[in-house]
Amino acid sequence: MEKELLDKRDIDRALSRMAHEIAERNRSLEDICLIGIQRGGVHLARRLARKIKDYEGAEVPCGSLDISLYRDDINLRKEQPVVRKTEIDFDINNKTVVLVDDVLFTGRSIRAAMDALMDMGRPAKIQLAILIDRGHRELPIRADYVGKNIPTSLSEKIEVQLSEEGHPDRVVLLKEGK
Amino acid sequence: MKVLIKNGYIVDPSQGIDGVGEILIEEGKIKEVREHRSGGRRDKAEGLLLEEEFKVIDATGLYVFPGLVDMHVHLREPGFEYKETIKTGTLAAVRGGFTSLCCMPNTKPVNDNETVTEFILRKAYAEGACYVFPIGAITKGQRGEELAEMGMMYEAGCVAFSDDGMPVMNSLLMRRALEYSKRFGVPIISHAEDINLSAGGVMNEGMVSLSLGLRGIPAEAEVVMIKRDIELARLTGGRLHIAHVSTAEGVRAVRDAKKEGLPVTAETCPHYFTLTEDAVRGYKTKAKVNPPLRTDKDIEAIKEGLSDGTIDVIATDHAPHHRDEKICEFDRAAFGISGIETALSLGLTLVRDGVLSLPGLVEKMSLNPARILNIRKGTLKVGEDADITIIDLNKKWKVEPERFASKGKNTPFEGFILEGLPVITICKGKIYERDN
Amino acid sequence: MKGRHLLSIKDLSKEDIIHILDTAEGFRDVLKRDIKKVPTLRGKTVVNLFFEPSTRTRTSFELAAKRLSTDVINFSVPTSSVVKGESLIDTAKTIQALGADFVVVRHASSGVPHLLSEQMDASIVNAGDGINEHPTQALLDAFTIREKKGGFQGLRVAIVGDILHSRVAKSNIPCLRKLGAEVRLIGPPTLVPEGFAGEGIHLFYSMEEGLRDVDVVMMLRIQLERQDRGFFPTVDEYFRLWGLTEERMSLARPDAIVMHPGPMNRGVEIDSAVADSERAVILDQVTNGIAVRMAVLYLLGGVKS
Repeated sequence: MEKELLDKRDIDRALSRMAHEIAERNRSLEDICLIGIQRGGVHLARRLARKIKDYEGAEVPCGSLDISLYRDDINLRKEQPVVRKTEIDFDINNKTVVLVDDVLFTGRSIRAAMDALMDMGRPAKIQLAILIDRGHRELPIRADYVGKNIPTSLSEKIEVQLSEEGHPDRVVLLKEGK
Repeated sequence: MKVLIKNGYIVDPSQGIDGVGEILIEEGKIKEVREHRSGGRRDKAEGLLLEEEFKVIDATGLYVFPGLVDMHVHLREPGFEYKETIKTGTLAAVRGGFTSLCCMPNTKPVNDNETVTEFILRKAYAEGACYVFPIGAITKGQRGEELAEMGMMYEAGCVAFSDDGMPVMNSLLMRRALEYSKRFGVPIISHAEDINLSAGGVMNEGMVSLSLGLRGIPAEAEVVMIKRDIELARLTGGRLHIAHVSTAEGVRAVRDAKKEGLPVTAETCPHYFTLTEDAVRGYKTKAKVNPPLRTDKDIEAIKEGLSDGTIDVIATDHAPHHRDEKICEFDRAAFGISGIETALSLGLTLVRDGVLSLPGLVEKMSLNPARILNIRKGTLKVGEDADITIIDLNKKWKVEPERFASKGKNTPFEGFILEGLPVITICKGKIYERDN
Repeated sequence: MKGRHLLSIKDLSKEDIIHILDTAEGFRDVLKRDIKKVPTLRGKTVVNLFFEPSTRTRTSFELAAKRLSTDVINFSVPTSSVVKGESLIDTAKTIQALGADFVVVRHASSGVPHLLSEQMDASIVNAGDGINEHPTQALLDAFTIREKKGGFQGLRVAIVGDILHSRVAKSNIPCLRKLGAEVRLIGPPTLVPEGFAGEGIHLFYSMEEGLRDVDVVMMLRIQLERQDRGFFPTVDEYFRLWGLTEERMSLARPDAIVMHPGPMNRGVEIDSAVADSERAVILDQVTNGIAVRMAVLYLLGGVKS
């Protein structure tokens, strides 16, 4: 069973607001960079960068981060892992890094992402931008920018589908069961 | 003890018996053999009367063979009792339906003198479940340097001579052995392998050895030696028996020699007409044997050789080893298969496949080896030892090495479902039963 | 990869090989960073079980394992104690008891990694067994070829030397064939068995014929002791007929690369002028070896038995 929670316009509106919030919170956009977590976060980071450029005229560097090597569930995985590209072709030392991901759930991916970032340099600050916060945190992690809060039950699944992956933009709630 | 085997289907090619009948045993000897169709059927009253006096084995639906004779066995004693002893090896033999066997001389010390021969015979007499006929070494210590005391060993009881496992590379020495043995009329058994061609090899040379990265033993290592020994048999007139023929070209060489009338006989083993080199895949040391398992083409040629009489004998080359000698690096693993408890069932597949008739199989596994060795075995003639094997041809059983009487559990047939089982073996006055 | 072990290239599909190479790309990037270490396999134990001395392969695996944050134990078993009758199975059980998650094994007998995989719970990685295979070498060679040539389709790769006894060749032949390259095997007829010929695999006894228009020349180390076994008369004659010289290299494609698994015998199978030329990618192979071995350990690390 699936239920559409956000459509293309809802997503775009949420991202626009988040772009404004990022610009508002960080006075000097020169020290900011966006890093999306593979895979969904990468597309969202690029969209946010484009919007910031549209609104503020500032070119914010944008990269992608693969966290497979920092995950804590290597013993639990059932399928062969795929290591995707980490592309950060700019210096993150003393920068404010805005980590971007599609869904914030347990917080474990963000923990892994922060560890990965720390191995690549010493950012001045790390902020977190999330399209959907569905609750159920297992670690003390909180997002700085949230597109939408959607309380869920543990048996449900949130899927963010984006045009970059060949779907129409939308967020759906998948329920287990018949 | 008096035993009556009744209603069994008797197959005894030595007397041309091939039909249902009865066998009477008294004092360990065959007292009487009667075929029903020849009008010798006992009337009911006589039968009942007899049953009170005799132990009766009802062999209805079963087949009765003269006890099988295995002319190629490694009993390991003396010296390698951790692999097998005369006691366990002969128990394994009767479990496999064999009532006589020949033991190869590669013991420690080597059976290259009458003392060792006498030791083996004494031990076999006291502890052996079946009859044991020792084969003496051709050369002292099987070193291939000088002839052993073949005459004294012959007088002590050796029935043939062989340096099995350590082929006589020196052609002059092999010539002398074939010449000298004529005095005793016993065969020289050739383990045909050119050890320079086979050096370092652990399996058949071919696509599988290339694919597994194992060093190969080419078929030619066997073929060139068979051909050499045939030439020496021609030169000397000595009796030559080729052990464990494994190659198509080897079969052909023996066939040509026989056509010419040379005094050459040959044997093969069940694994050479059952398995190919593919059994080694996965580095299965249980399929490591010398000569190595070959190819489909070789299996076909061996079956043809059995069928047309080129190959006289099916022997087992029963080679028991300790488990530690098999659960190890393939290169280091010992060559050999513990085969005496599966041989008859594998031989029966040849009958089912139409390669041999039932009397034909009995010739290969009983009568022919007895004739080649010139021993009074392989027959149910009245007055001979009551060595009898009773077989259930339809009994299916699973090969479970842990049930083997042999100490050697090393068989590539583990887990195979085989058809046909020697359910009763009678030897040295004792009756052995087997149900799996 | 489907199994828990890497025993043979033959067990891998084309997709498996490409997945390993793609994963290795990620690790090559890690190796370029200031902090060349990831916490991926923290708490796991890798035992390098080497029954044959091999500083290169052992060091490469050791570094790969350390970069993945595992604990590494080097368990070198000198040949002498094997001769004294120490059982391989006893050694395996000892290492099992030490709690190894991975055992990287090098042994002079073919099939030993397969035997260990049946006897131990750990993931077994074949680091060279007898004259059989050396799968991680083939994978790092494939990685290097892909890096330099972009792909494998239509590529001609010559493997030169003692094909018969080379585990490097025996892993590279199936690996390159699965990836779509054409393979040429060049060497003395005593060391290039005819059984290897097949679809896309051609045999040459002459360097001049075999090297023509190839894209990759993969040299093998000549084991000097083979000379005593009569496979070829002398090292001098070997170099004369099968040594890789600049002159012979000019027969290959102008952009052809030269590979060697090391250690090289200069003046036996390869001339120094070629070994040190621009075309030689021998040191890239060494660097890539670490990334590829990290990928192998990583991909095996999560597979449940």
